[in-house]
Formats: sequence, structure tokens, C-alpha cells
Amino acid sequence: MKKEKKAADGALTAKKGKLTDTSLLLIITVAVFFVMYIGAMVFLQKGFLKPQTFFNILNANAALIITACGMSLVMITGGIDISVGGVVALVSMCCAVYLDFMGGNVFVSIIIALAIGLAFGAVQGFLVAYLDIQPFIVSLAGMFFARGMTTIVHTAPFNVENEAFVALKGTRITVPGMGTVNKLGKYVNAYVEIGVIVALLIVVLLFCMLRWTRAGRNFYAVGGNRQSALMLGINVKKTRFFAHLLCGILAGIGGYVYFLHVGSGSASHASGMEMNAIASSIIGGTLLTGGVGNIFGTFVGVLSLSTIQNIVSSIGLDQAWWTGITVAAMLCIFLVIQSVLLARKK
Amino acid sequence: MNEHSVLEMKNIHKSFPGVRALQGVDFHLCEGEIHALMGENGAGKSTLIKVLTGVYEKDEGEIYLKGHEKPVVIRAPHDAQNLGISTVYQEITLCPNLTVAENMYIGRGKSKLTNWKKMNEDADRILENLGIPARASQQLSDCSIAIQQMVAIARAVDMDCKVLILDEPTSSLDESEVEKLFGLMRDLKARGVGIIFVTHFLDQVYEVCDKITVLRDGRLVGEYVIEDLPRVKLVAKMLGKEMDDMADIKSEAKPYEGEDEYVIQAEGLQSDAGIKPFNFYIKKGEVNGFTGLLGSGRSECVRALFSADKVIAGTVKKNGKPVKIAKPLDAMKNGIAYLPEDRKNDGIVGDLSVRDNIILAAQVLRGFFRPFSKAEANKFAEEYIKLLEIKTASVDTPIKSLSGGNQQKVILARWLLTHPDYLILDEPTRGIDIGTKVEIQKLVLKLASEGMSVTFISSETDEMIRTCSRLIVMRDRKVVGELSAEELNQAKIMETIAGGDM
Amino acid sequence: MADKKKTMGSGVTAIFRKQIFIPIAALLLLAVFNLIMDPSFFEISFGYNSAGHPVLTGNLMTILDYGSEVAILAIGMTLVTAASGGQDISVGAVVAIAGSVILRVLVGLGGDGTLQAPIIVGFLAACGAAMLCGAFNGVLVAVFKIQPMVATLILYTAGRSIAAWINNNELPSVTDETFTYFGGFIPGIPVPTPFFIAVVCIVIALLVLKFTNLGLYTQAVGINAESSRLNGLNPTFIKWLTFVILGLCVAVVGLIKTSRLSTINYSVIAKDIEMDAILAVALGGNVLSGGKFNIMASILGAYVIQFLTTTLYKFQVSSDALPAYKAVVVIVLVVISAPAVKEKIAAWGKKVKAQKGDA
Repeated sequence: MKKEKKAADGALTAKKGKLTDTSLLLIITVAVFFVMYIGAMVFLQKGFLKPQTFFNILNANAALIITACGMSLVMITGGIDISVGGVVALVSMCCAVYLDFMGGNVFVSIIIALAIGLAFGAVQGFLVAYLDIQPFIVSLAGMFFARGMTTIVHTAPFNVENEAFVALKGTRITVPGMGTVNKLGKYVNAYVEIGVIVALLIVVLLFCMLRWTRAGRNFYAVGGNRQSALMLGINVKKTRFFAHLLCGILAGIGGYVYFLHVGSGSASHASGMEMNAIASSIIGGTLLTGGVGNIFGTFVGVLSLSTIQNIVSSIGLDQAWWTGITVAAMLCIFLVIQSVLLARKK
Repeated sequence: MNEHSVLEMKNIHKSFPGVRALQGVDFHLCEGEIHALMGENGAGKSTLIKVLTGVYEKDEGEIYLKGHEKPVVIRAPHDAQNLGISTVYQEITLCPNLTVAENMYIGRGKSKLTNWKKMNEDADRILENLGIPARASQQLSDCSIAIQQMVAIARAVDMDCKVLILDEPTSSLDESEVEKLFGLMRDLKARGVGIIFVTHFLDQVYEVCDKITVLRDGRLVGEYVIEDLPRVKLVAKMLGKEMDDMADIKSEAKPYEGEDEYVIQAEGLQSDAGIKPFNFYIKKGEVNGFTGLLGSGRSECVRALFSADKVIAGTVKKNGKPVKIAKPLDAMKNGIAYLPEDRKNDGIVGDLSVRDNIILAAQVLRGFFRPFSKAEANKFAEEYIKLLEIKTASVDTPIKSLSGGNQQKVILARWLLTHPDYLILDEPTRGIDIGTKVEIQKLVLKLASEGMSVTFISSETDEMIRTCSRLIVMRDRKVVGELSAEELNQAKIMETIAGGDM
Repeated sequence: MADKKKTMGSGVTAIFRKQIFIPIAALLLLAVFNLIMDPSFFEISFGYNSAGHPVLTGNLMTILDYGSEVAILAIGMTLVTAASGGQDISVGAVVAIAGSVILRVLVGLGGDGTLQAPIIVGFLAACGAAMLCGAFNGVLVAVFKIQPMVATLILYTAGRSIAAWINNNELPSVTDETFTYFGGFIPGIPVPTPFFIAVVCIVIALLVLKFTNLGLYTQAVGINAESSRLNGLNPTFIKWLTFVILGLCVAVVGLIKTSRLSTINYSVIAKDIEMDAILAVALGGNVLSGGKFNIMASILGAYVIQFLTTTLYKFQVSSDALPAYKAVVVIVLVVISAPAVKEKIAAWGKKVKAQKGDA
């Protein structure tokens, strides 16, 4: 039988199977991203040669990076959270209403964002981990609730004019040593927004957490085999709760970063963001079955996703539908590659 | 609490809806003792162990541990681990996506951070000491099942434990690995660790254990010192009755007295599971068997006959006529039935009822557009439940709630219902209680006497000797010999397996 | 451990009763709630629609009308869930594709709205397109072994774009009156047509389940694919088949949806309908991780969801805020039916009984 077969070529695979699944998928993701970006620089040139193009990708996707990181955490434990897009919209709307209609200050608005994220994370985490309800259903309800609440808080979209906030929103951090000479012959420094710094910090922090802390390793164990993790002495419920809680908080932070980027409240904000977050995680090498994934991969996944969109629109396919089709095609290719690779390994 | 005791369980009760799994069971373990926990399937061994390790919460009773004044509270596996109770389960309870080293260290220790370098070094040292052919940084799923089991044992042994529980750890190990494990157990015993050992292999009990506690139907039968309880008595205690003499079952059954015709002939058969091409034949009414060490390819041979693995070469003849068997359905249509080795993953369809599990194969043969009526299905199911004495609440009970032996009988019923000419039984007696083992062996001989050809595979050679009239011996994935008649004895079989005659 | 607790002692009949019990209880709860709050909810009035045909109107008719769309999808979704242990989240997007194909075939690019082909041809083309999409999802799930939710994420992302691309982003509209029958009323029959279409679909589904082994096979494959294979089944094909069947259901809904408007709005048509369909399956008490199913419970679940939606509209909840209320109801339902909670309640009940006994 299978197991006897495995016993026989056990010695073989011991030498061959040097990489863990996580590292293998990460390498593929990073390689694809570099090939794609360098290819664009060589063949398309235009904008891709300007550093600012790259930083604009970061500026536009800081919020997605943060929410996708949260998504990856949950996916590594074998769950899913499709409420993140809704939470982002709700956070933007609440903060916008607070800042403009209630004359609030920026600091408190950040607390509000965190509190909303925390509340969603805690409730969903409790339902998933302690009542053992399927994460898909729980977060589906979470998404409905967040989207519904957003319109209940305020219906019409509007721009925030709070001075302190506008100042914060406009803050640009120059990237030393990077810049281009513009049409007028003036040297312009490349810049990033505050959100990007937050996103990068979060990526580094989460990467370290997953790699070196006990809690992080428990995520992988729980995602790999929940029953086994329990038998190995891991508090599975706490771990799953913690993952959903973190994802909620990250959705809150992501919501604020999104809000900072767009500077307005609207019920249609961040629509489909949960799907982009899932897609980025998958392209970044996270398996929805759990136990395999890497935060750095997710980061590269987000970059790949928006790079391909940039490439498509810069080669002239700028009708609205091409974006959707390209993203889907990319997702499809990655899924098939992963599936074939992992199947061959077994 | 006794001075030498490390563990005392008193008056343990545990019920599941409809079942009282444990009723007032006491268990007592001393320092430096290997204590066998014996009983048939459903006797409550696993439940007792799961109560002790915190997988289940007990309904009533107390657990005392050495060094604790009051009864200890164990609500979850990590509680048990922190109290110095470590466990190796029959099924691999490690995480396939983590590395070997992580599997050995995760979930224990106080450190909040992982020092990968130190962990890998420590793990490599332990693996080397125990002679386990794996590297610390390897992903666990890249290791064979046997090595995974050894890693689980290494983890349990490395923990600074007072009580070590081994719940059927040997079922996927070969003899040399079992010897290694026994060596380890003796070392730990010398260090004063109390070991609870659960197994179905009587030989192993008498080889390493000091004491035996027997459970039956969720109740304690008694605790015995090993010298006071010879095998026959042990079996009698487990069954609650004197066992009929198993050695005689062959003479009870009449051999088949029909014409000598070949049912299946295979030539140069080879599958993608890595066996050398082999030839095979079986006659009407014959019982033969494949034997050999684990990993010798005996299961792969029968899987190739059934096309369970992809067949890449060879021809098969049925009743002398060449047939094409490319997938299991083709084999079934040619009257071949196959009871797989891995009951849980390849045999049962867990959530489906006993009835649906019984009719499944026959239904597939009958065709997509011709379902059995409910009445027909019930009739078949009840007929076989009665015939094989399957213990189930009703035909609607999900099969997964039956005990292992009864599940196996349901799978057997499934294949008998297809009225096969040739029945392959791959380890039908593994992990089931002795009473059912004997029943199955008797049934095999009865079916053969009625003209069915049967291939019977078992890890226990005496079972094979009792049932088979011809044995095909395998070594290193190829057929190395064939024994029949007087050659069918332990010594000759061992010699052929080991290759002594070459 | 939980498995043992769940299955011990309760036969399949008991589970069946329990399963259909969830949607029925929800339905009764909603009915009683409305009866108390405002019995006029159940009023049905007779009138004439803009085309001058006799029609019945009222909340119950609305439920029958719109609930039918979800009910039809729930049939296919239940099968997909059972066989593959996952859900198809692309149904809304594929409804858009199917609708787009119908309009392309019936009107064509730059058409004046007159029919260029019989409606049945348009419908068959839509069936083909939707089943092709189903087959694509099915291949990814069954052959490449990608989790269903992720595999269908592809068409979920691309579907509406593809739909727009089919008609080159034009919005063709049909002027022919017969085309409106499918999503509206057939002259002389006062009950909305979608209900009859749903009934036909349900009857076909039940007949198929009765006279073939589809039910047994999908359940066996969903519970244990490897042992199904060793029993002569082809799990890959069966999983694939369920996706194709769902594609057929989607095409029917595509016809109803486009018929309602006689045109299409690519980004809005059948928006979030996949969520309703999945909820219907869950409300029907089917395990979303696959295995045993009860198709009638799912269908009932679909109407319960529409009942809830209509009730909320009745209470002046705006359509944008609707999801928030739905979410609360869903959470309450799943929490009540969660095994962990059930156990707690049972234990608590026992305690109370014991205390009474002592006193």
C-alpha cells in the first residue's frame, strides 16, 4: 500500500525534499514577481523605469497589504475571513463621520478604527474558535453586517475636510536616493505615504511573529492538522481565536490606512477587497487548506497583483473588464501551478 | 496513594450519548513499570487513555499523580503534558506541514520564541541516538509513516515525563523498529518512568510488560502480574469466556470439492506503486495469501490485481479469458472484490449509514440509473447484519459510530453482497478484537468451501497458516517463493521471508 | 470526540428530522413574528399589472417570486457542497454571463430590441455558457484539486467582466413581450412565473434523485473520496458533474433575471446571490464541509431567506442596510444550531431538571 511505498523511497525523499512547502511556494512567488517587473521595465519601459511607479503601487495598496496579511494569518490556521472589505468600509465611514460631523480629533479616530477591528475580530474569533462554527459562514455574516452598518451610519459618500486629518493625509515621506527628473527638468524625489510605512512595519512584525514566536508556530500547527495540534498540547481554540482577532485588528488598521489614502467615507469603499486579499495571499503562496504560507509572500502577492494590472493597462487593454479578467487569469495560473507542484511532491 | 505509584485513577466514569464507555474504572501505575492495558475493541481502553490525556473530560472520578496532594485537573492535552504525561497515539498525531524538529518541540517548554538552530541541533542529536533515519529540518510529510511514528515516539520520550502512554504504537512499525522501541521502553523503565502500553499483539505484551490491566465493556476486570496470567487466561478475561481452540478452525471447514479451474491468472503484472512484475494465479475455492515484511509489496500486489493502483504492465485472465482491468470498476465487473488494508481511509464511508455502506459496491455495479429501492436496500442490509452478526443499533446508524470490528464486518458485507468470484482481504483482522478475528477466519474458510476464491493477507503468520492453503512470499517488492502443504509452518515461512535458503 | 457524541444514539432518521427542523422553525418564527407585528403582511390582493394581465400581489407573492431564484440555485449548490465540501461563489457572476449570452443571442450587438432568434435558442446558449463555466470550475476543483471557494474565486473575479465583454459593454434590451413572461407573469395566470420554474426544477431534481444514484454517489464522494474510488466510483467525474449541474441551475436564474428587466446591468445583476444560495444550504442544516445533504431543506432555506428579506423591507429597512439585519439573523441561527451550544443547553436543561427533582 501507499505507506509501504513511502517507506521504500523514504531514503530517496529524505535527500530530495529539502524545501518545505512554504519555502517552495514563496520562491515561486518572488521569482514570478521579479520576472514580471523586470520584464515590464525592459519591454514596456515608460513608467516602469521610474521608481515612483513602484512606490505608487505601494501607496495605492498599503491597505490591501495590511488586510491581506491578516487574511494570510487566518488562512494559515485553516480559516478564512471574508469580512475584511466590509470592515475597511465601515472603519472609513465611521472615522469620516466622526471627524467631519462630530468635529473629532485624529487620534481618537485611530482608536475608533482599532476598536471596530477589534470588535469584529473578537466576535468572529469567538464564534469560530469556541463555538466551532464555520469561518466562512461567520465572516460572511460579518461582511453583511459591516456593509449594512456602513450605510446605516451614513448613506451618501463625502470627503473629509478635517484640517488635522487632511494634513496627515498629505504627509509624504521622501525616499532617499530615489527620484526622477520631470518634464520641466526638475529633480523630483520619490515619496511614499504614511500608510506604506505602517504596512511595511506590520509585514516585518508579522513575519517575525510567524517565524520565531511560539504563537506564530502554533498557527502553522493548527492549520496543518487541528486534531494533531490538540494532541501535541497546543491550545487550538485560543490559537484560532487569536488568528481571527489579529485579522480583525489588521482589518481595522487597514481600514484606517485606506481612509487615509482616499480621504472620504463611502458605502462602496473597498468593495471586493476581501477577494483581492484572498487572491494576494494565494498568489503569495498561502494555501487555503491551512498550514502553509508566508507573510513576505503575501506582500509580494499584493505587488504582483497590482503590477500585472499596471502592465495590462499600459499595453493598451484599458477597458474596464480587462482588469478583472487579468487578475482572474493570474489567480488561475498560480492555483494550477501550486496544485501541480504539490501533487507531484506527493 | 501508594509510595511507589506515579498514577492512580479512581472510579472513572465517562458516557457518550447512548453509550456508557467507562463505568467505575480504577487504574494504578507504579514507577518503573510497563503496564499493559488490554481489552477488546469497545472495552474502553482508548476512552480511558483519552480521559487521562485530556482529550475527553471525565464525568466522574479522580486522577492522582505523584507529587500532587489533591486530584489533578486535566481538561486538555496541554494540561496532561504539563503534568508530565506524554502520549504516542496509534494514528499519527503530528502536523504534516511542519518540520521533524518542530513536531518534536512544538507545544511544550516555556520559551515564547523559537531558536531554530538549537532546536534543529537538539532534534538531530535525538534522532541520531534513536537511529531514526530523518533530518530535523525535513518536512514531516516527506517521511514515511513508520518514521513519522518514530518521530512521535522520540517526542514523547524526550519529554521529561513521569507517565508515558503508548497507544498501539507498533502497528505501523516493522520488527527491527519494534525492537528499538522496546529497548527504549526498558531504558525509560530503568529511569523510573511508568509506561502504559496498549497493543493487540499478545507476543509484545509478554515480551516487555510487568503488569496487565484488563477492561471489558467499560468495566475493570482486574489487574494482574504478568507471570500469573498465561495467554489463554488473558484471552479468556478479555472475551469474558473461554476461547474456542483457534488452531482447529481449518479442520472444521470442508475444503471445496469442485473442479480444479483457474479463476484469475495474471502474468507480468506491475503497478505504479513500485513492485516488480509478478505472476499470479488462484483456483476456484482456494484460499491463498501474500506474506512478507511490511513494505515487501504484498499489499501492492493485490492492489494491482484490483487496479487500485495504476497498472502499467501485464495481462490478466479471468476463467481463462483475457480481460482488461484498468480501474476498480472493471475489476468489480469481473467479479473481484477488494477489502482494503486501511479501513478508515479506504474502506468506510463514515457518515453514511450502515445500509448505504453495505449496498454501495453492489449499487455501483448495478448502475447509475438503477438504484435499489429503500425496501430492497434494507432487506440486503438486514440480511447481512444477521449473517455476520454485526452489532449496530439499526441499519440507519452511521458506520463511523460502530466499533472497528463491526465496521470491518460491514465492509465485508459490502463485498459479499456483490457475490464475487474472487475476494481479496487485505489485513481484515488488523486492529479488531480476537473474537471477531476468529469469526472472520472461519467465514473465509466457509466461503472457500462454497467455491469462492479468497486471498487473505495478515501480519500475523499464525492466522495465515490457519486459513491459507498456499502462501506467496514476498521480499523487497518481488515474489521470492511459494509455500504450500507441509511447508506451511512458522519456521519455513520465516526462512523464506528472510531469504535463508538462498 | 465530537463525532462520537453527535452520532451515538441518534439514527439517521433523527438527523433528518433535525435537519429539516431548522428551516421550518425559522419559517414559523418569522411567520409568527409578522402575525403579531402586522397581520396585514399576509394579505394578498388581486389586481392588474401594467400589461393589463390579472396578477396576485402581496408579500407572500414576492417571497414566492424572488425566493424561487435562490431556491433554484440552492439545488445545485447543495450538490456541489455535498460532493466537493466547498461552495461555488461564482454563481452571481455566471448569472451575469448567462444573461449576457441570452441578450447577445436574442438581440445582438446594436440590435433594435426585436428578437433575432427564438427565446429557447437564447436559453440553450445560456445553458451552454453557464455549464461551460461550471465545467471550468469543476475541472479546477476535481482534476487540479483546488479548494472550491478558491477555484470559483477566479470566475467570481472575472465573470462580470466577461459578461460585459460578450456584449462589448452595450446594454441590449428586448422589446418582445413574451420575453418578460419568465420573470413576470404569463397572461391569465396570476402567480409569478419564477415560482413555476422553480417547481419544475425541484420536481426534476427530486425525480433525478429518486431514479438515479446521484444522491448516494455525491454523498459517498463527499464523505470519503478514496473509498468511493475503491468501490468503483469516479470521484473526479462526480465532483465535476455537480458543478455542471449547478451551471444549469445558474442558466435558469440568468433567464429569470434578464427577463425581469428585459435588459442587463453587468455589475448589479444577481449581486450577492451566491451568498444567499450558500446561506440557503446552511440554513437547510447541511454541513458545509460536504457529505450528507437534504435538498428539500436547502430549498426551504432559500424561501426562508426571502421571507426574511421581505419582512425587513416591510419594516422600512433600506435595501443597502438589509445585509446588516440578515447577518444578525444568520448569526443567531448558526449559534443556536452549533453543536457546542446545543450541548451546553442540554447540560443546563439536565441541571434544572435535577434541581427540580431534588426539591
